[in-house]
Amino acid sequence: MTMIFGIPLQAFMGQLLIGLINGSFYALLSLGLAVIFGLLRVINFAHGAQYMLGAFVAMLMLQYFGINYWFALLLAPIVVGLFGAVIERLLLSRLYKLDHLYGLLFTFGLALTIEGTFRYLYGSSGQPYAPPPALTGATNLGFMFLPNYRGWVVVVSLIACIGTWLLIEKTKLGAYLRAATENPTLVQAFGVNVPMLLTLTYALGAGLAAFAGVLAAPVYQVSPLMGSNIIIVVFAVVVVGGMGSIMGAIVTGYMLGIAEGLTKVFYPEASNIVIFVIMAIVLLIRPAGLFGRDA
Amino acid sequence: MAKPLLEVSNLNAWYGESHILHGVNMTVGEGETITILGRNGVGKTTTLRTIMGIIRERKGEIRFAGKDMLGVPLHRTAHAGLGFVPEERGIFSTLTVDENLMLPPVVADGGMPLDEIYALFPNLHERRASPGTKLSGGEQQMLAIARILRTGVKLLILDEPTEGLAPVIVQRIGEVLKTLKQRGMTVLMVEQNFRFASRVADRFYLMDHGKMVADFPVGELPGRMDTLHKVLGV
Repeated sequence: MTMIFGIPLQAFMGQLLIGLINGSFYALLSLGLAVIFGLLRVINFAHGAQYMLGAFVAMLMLQYFGINYWFALLLAPIVVGLFGAVIERLLLSRLYKLDHLYGLLFTFGLALTIEGTFRYLYGSSGQPYAPPPALTGATNLGFMFLPNYRGWVVVVSLIACIGTWLLIEKTKLGAYLRAATENPTLVQAFGVNVPMLLTLTYALGAGLAAFAGVLAAPVYQVSPLMGSNIIIVVFAVVVVGGMGSIMGAIVTGYMLGIAEGLTKVFYPEASNIVIFVIMAIVLLIRPAGLFGRDA
Repeated sequence: MAKPLLEVSNLNAWYGESHILHGVNMTVGEGETITILGRNGVGKTTTLRTIMGIIRERKGEIRFAGKDMLGVPLHRTAHAGLGFVPEERGIFSTLTVDENLMLPPVVADGGMPLDEIYALFPNLHERRASPGTKLSGGEQQMLAIARILRTGVKLLILDEPTEGLAPVIVQRIGEVLKTLKQRGMTVLMVEQNFRFASRVADRFYLMDHGKMVADFPVGELPGRMDTLHKVLGV
């Protein structure tokens, strides 16, 4: 049997894959957080709840309307994005003039409210959501079996990350976003509707979280607590990547997912804390994060 | 005088508790180049920012091309035909020169085509792909003006366009303003560089303690030097 550092290749690759999948979710979620923080300067604590909402919307769409996974992957982010837009327009936008702390407190309260409501309605135990029939089964890669759905998650999340990066770095809308991050008043004086841009950005961030939620539904279970379980790790990812850095969020998400997976191979006891240890080290050496600009 | 494009009457403005403008009255005619003179802190920049709608705590009247501007939200001001070049220039560091140039939306027909802009500012063409803030101060000022020329606005509002620039660049900006004048652009600017202003302006407003205290055409400048020395302290 092939061994890597004394570990069977299959076990090594298996954990690497799990790390890559977790990393996909970390990347998608921290990307949304980075987009929102970049423009709104709001640390969106409701991000985990929006991820959970995505999974629930997909599950409820299937239960009540028979809407399958593929349509849910499209519709759930739109539904949650619209919900985000309403929240931003009616509530969050009133807090921009205050200290950033109020945005954090508000979204934290929002997360507790959403999670509490879903726990009341559906209990805290998870419910299964089957992967689409086209993606069941596994592919033999020679050295390991790759579950098709997990392979899909890695590929599609990478596409979503690159797509979002292209949107922000290479389009006119992205140029407005980047400029408004630096000087919103001037961009508005140029004739760009910045308040609308803020609403769209929050909706985009919430939609990305929901997209990750739908992707996650067949991998993990659909549970009201699924968001709060992952969000703390995602915040660590954002801190390591550098607050507001889009590329930083993506690269760090995958990197830390893989680091976590590999720690499970070599020193399983540390796998739950490795991300936070890395965060502490990065904060000590480079407080602005690996990709953040020193402020 | 030319047909009025901008009419400001009894304009008051506040920064929080501080009352900065105390009843500004001024008129800018179509095609005119107007310079506001005054010492530091008398409210020149505030006047521009209040007209532009950046400072929202304001009372009085601002009419642009006959339209009342007081209730117009900031993001609609440019669409009415006002273009702003701030004192700090506002070049975006995360955008390239080209992205900075193309950022402000075109609000009306009649903006300067890109090839003419590059003919007027050849440096910008050479450095199209550089990050905006890697440009020199003079190039940044030219970029800040150039990006507004593209948009088709009728009134160009410039806040201290020559501040901190080398004499050769100041001269270049003067030439650009003269070219714009020939094209019929209306310009309202605040300028400390008196010699520069006297070369490009048609008319001056003299400002003190948050209001206009004198208004005279460039031809009357020599006869007004005593007042200017007194008010400007130069």
